Amino acid sequence: MREPAAIAPPPTRRDWRQLILDYGIYLILMLFVVAMALLSPNFLRTTNLLNIVTQASTVAVIAVGATMVILLAEIDLSVGSVAALTGAVTAGVIKAGAGASSAGFGWLVLAVVTGLAIGTALGALNGALTVWGGIPSFIVTLGMLSVGRGLTLLYTGGRPIFDLGAGFATLAYGRLGPVPVPVLILIALYALAALFLHTTQLGRYIYAAGSNRRAVALAGVNVRRLKVGVFALAGTLAGMGGVLLTSRLDSAQPTAASGWELDVIAAVVLGGTSLYGGRGAVVKTLVGAIILQLISNGLNLLNVQAYWQQITKGGVILVALLLERSIRRVRGGSEM
Amino acid sequence: MTTAPAAPPLLELHDIVKRFGGVLALDDVSLSLARGEVLGLVGDNGAGKSTLIKVVAGAHQPDGGTVSFDGAAVRFGSPRAAKDAGIETVYQDLALVDTLDAAGNIFLGRELVRFGAGPLKVLNKRRMQAAARELLGRLALELPSSGTEVGMLSGGQRQSVAISRALYTRPKLVVLDEPTSALAVTEARKVLELPRTLAAQGVAVIIISHTLQDVLDVTDRIVVLRKGRKVADVATAETSLEELVTFIVGSERAKGAGYA
Repeated sequence: MREPAAIAPPPTRRDWRQLILDYGIYLILMLFVVAMALLSPNFLRTTNLLNIVTQASTVAVIAVGATMVILLAEIDLSVGSVAALTGAVTAGVIKAGAGASSAGFGWLVLAVVTGLAIGTALGALNGALTVWGGIPSFIVTLGMLSVGRGLTLLYTGGRPIFDLGAGFATLAYGRLGPVPVPVLILIALYALAALFLHTTQLGRYIYAAGSNRRAVALAGVNVRRLKVGVFALAGTLAGMGGVLLTSRLDSAQPTAASGWELDVIAAVVLGGTSLYGGRGAVVKTLVGAIILQLISNGLNLLNVQAYWQQITKGGVILVALLLERSIRRVRGGSEM
Repeated sequence: MTTAPAAPPLLELHDIVKRFGGVLALDDVSLSLARGEVLGLVGDNGAGKSTLIKVVAGAHQPDGGTVSFDGAAVRFGSPRAAKDAGIETVYQDLALVDTLDAAGNIFLGRELVRFGAGPLKVLNKRRMQAAARELLGRLALELPSSGTEVGMLSGGQRQSVAISRALYTRPKLVVLDEPTSALAVTEARKVLELPRTLAAQGVAVIIISHTLQDVLDVTDRIVVLRKGRKVADVATAETSLEELVTFIVGSERAKGAGYA
């Protein structure tokens, strides 16, 4: 009775498709690196590579949260506005405490924590309206995109808050040895997120609920609370991106991070996370964000007009989605 | 499997009422089920079978009536509460997560944990894999290879996973909702052996099926629902296919209804 009646045949014909889904992103990254190295002799220097990762870091930080939201088969369009508001509030608190001189360390922490708390609250509100309001997250966060931007303009009076002091600038410009602080933050965040998603029970529920919400609820998991928590975390991470950006610009711009939802979603889908939920890997989102940065740098190097970059970004999302769709459709059965 | 008449029933539903808006889905339905008894629940589409088992499984809360289970009055506020009491349900669509493997589905909601607490519990994937293989092996159905997403498995393999999940906690009552509807004939035969095996171990089984012959083959007793009301509650040995059809469609429409 213990002998298995039959072992499932190993997947055969699907193998190469699965390989593309699993490793295609790394191939694309390598192609871009080679292309860029040919374009510019300085490209492969360590400082330049670290520079590219630093430039990608703000979007990449936000994309950690976006990956989790998308794994749940939801979407968050409000991240740019939430980032801007968080940055503005952080800058405002810094200015309020600074007086004439630069703000002290304790005050800086307070400022960042205040900003992040607001990001978290807006994220939680996104989740609550989606889950308990019964409104699709697409619409909820579209509304929040507008509300967040309006609040930012209101708070700043439409004027940038600048001159935030050397202490705050360390966040974007500090280094540990040769490694910039944003890169360290990035590595730490992605390592934690990958550990969380792949080894913990909650991480598994995020994947599972994105794949079959009802089955997970029937298994006794409070999917609604899980969703609100993930949206809140996405708000925190959007806020972190906003704080990093504010530090890099040494100012909070009321229009900062406009349109970043597209960059963030592009990084996530380029990394192969399915917009239908349940499939994906957060580390690949980082690769996706870096590829987007490479595209942007490459187009700059080639002196391509800036407008083309927007077209490229949108195009990348669409092509990535079409590819995923056509590959998955052949696999059949497992969608929805 | 005979039960001593004096033994208290495992499950007792008394005058259960469930409304959806203006629709009366369950209208004063009462039934009782003994330990080790296999009960067939039949009726036409929309007769209230699914609603009734969802009340038993804690997925619906009744608007009226009482439920008692294992000797105590209960009111299951959620599927988890019913599971904790010892009621497991295998839904018709199996309620599997296609992107997880067999072990992931069997342990969904009750993962084995290596360490950690609260929101940060670290999964013990190796132990879950080992336990899943043992459970699936015990069932002697088709064994899926570990690590394969259940979305890629055959109907029989998926069914095995869903049933293994239900049996893992050694429940007192197992509800099987259309267990054979998605299966090939040989697979269906194997699944239909399961209620008897469980009953022999003292587990009560409720089986919902449109295939009346299957119900006649494996049950001790059959309850027929029509338009939310219980219209028959008969010992399987004392009824027939024809009589069941009469109950299901109502006597006046029974002739030529073509049920089988």
